[in-house]
Amino acid sequence: MKFLIITFVLAVGIGSPNLQPAEKVKIEDLQKMIGGNSGKIQVINFWATWCAPCIKELPLFEQANATREDIEVSLVSIDLDLDPNPDKVYRFIDRKKLKSKVYILDERDPNTWIDKIDKSWSGAIPATLVVNLENGKRKFVEKELKEGELEEIINSVK
Amino acid sequence: MNALKSLFAIALIAVMTAGAPVKPGYEVGDSATDFKLKNYDGKMVSMADYKDAKGYIVIFNCNTCPYSKAYDSRIIALNKKYASKGFPVLTINPNDPGLSPGDSFDEMKSQAKRNKYDFPYLVDETQDVARTYGATNTPHVYVLDKVSETNLKVVYIGAIDDNSRNADAVTKRYVEDAVDAIMQSKNVPVTKTKAIGCTIKWKNS
Repeated sequence: MKFLIITFVLAVGIGSPNLQPAEKVKIEDLQKMIGGNSGKIQVINFWATWCAPCIKELPLFEQANATREDIEVSLVSIDLDLDPNPDKVYRFIDRKKLKSKVYILDERDPNTWIDKIDKSWSGAIPATLVVNLENGKRKFVEKELKEGELEEIINSVK
Repeated sequence: MNALKSLFAIALIAVMTAGAPVKPGYEVGDSATDFKLKNYDGKMVSMADYKDAKGYIVIFNCNTCPYSKAYDSRIIALNKKYASKGFPVLTINPNDPGLSPGDSFDEMKSQAKRNKYDFPYLVDETQDVARTYGATNTPHVYVLDKVSETNLKVVYIGAIDDNSRNADAVTKRYVEDAVDAIMQSKNVPVTKTKAIGCTIKWKNS
């Protein structure tokens, strides 16, 4: 019986190798990420499953995540602001086979936390924050990025 | 030489107005300009048409944004509550239908009829009004106090309330509080808020 259960667990595990649990985070967790001591440039993208321009630019982040050693990409979903059920985000991650780390922001009342990411942010998405923790340089953009633009932004904080 | 000068001026204006929205827009305390935009029923609408208005609730909004959908019934309720008190709701769709086909004039018409809008739903075809006001997302509210015929003072910019996903769980009604304050000649308690929303779909950006 035990053997059967183990086999079953293994089979399920092997059946969905790309399933990564998107961790729910608070704004304080993101602030730690921005102000922490990682040796890599932090690339934090704010997106949601309902946001068409966000989905369009996601491959740029996936590509950067896969090809650059000097950065750490975090895709922060703000879906919970509108929909209490995160299933849509989990399904999206699975369907798109996202490799970058995905977080789900678990906060209410955006007016209390938007400024903590960047004072210039209106709250519209897509929005991206790039922070180099070693030299303190940071860049925030509130728009859909086109081919090449993400690289430019990352290089501008080097 | 003069021709060259004017050519230079035209080029400069073109550079200045091209592409992405010019960010600043209105701040609280500024005097807002009136507009003349086409309503979903084909008629042109200005704020000046409302002779008895004491102020206006101007909302940049659209058909397609899930936040606009979440707030639709709350916007209808705002007009029901405040239009008769002299503060009509005027909604304006600035989205480029080229980029967002669901926001075309025909789709606006269907939405306004389906949801029985008893307030204007105007199309900002050139996006000039959204740019002048400094709107960035939908829905994005500007509460205006009609201080005089020539001064429509911006007293509040931001979100409708503090809970997008659940109207029953709202604790701060920013727009209602602002309008109530004007009616009672008090200071608006919260003059500016931020909220998650959909980016306005600007032409060529």
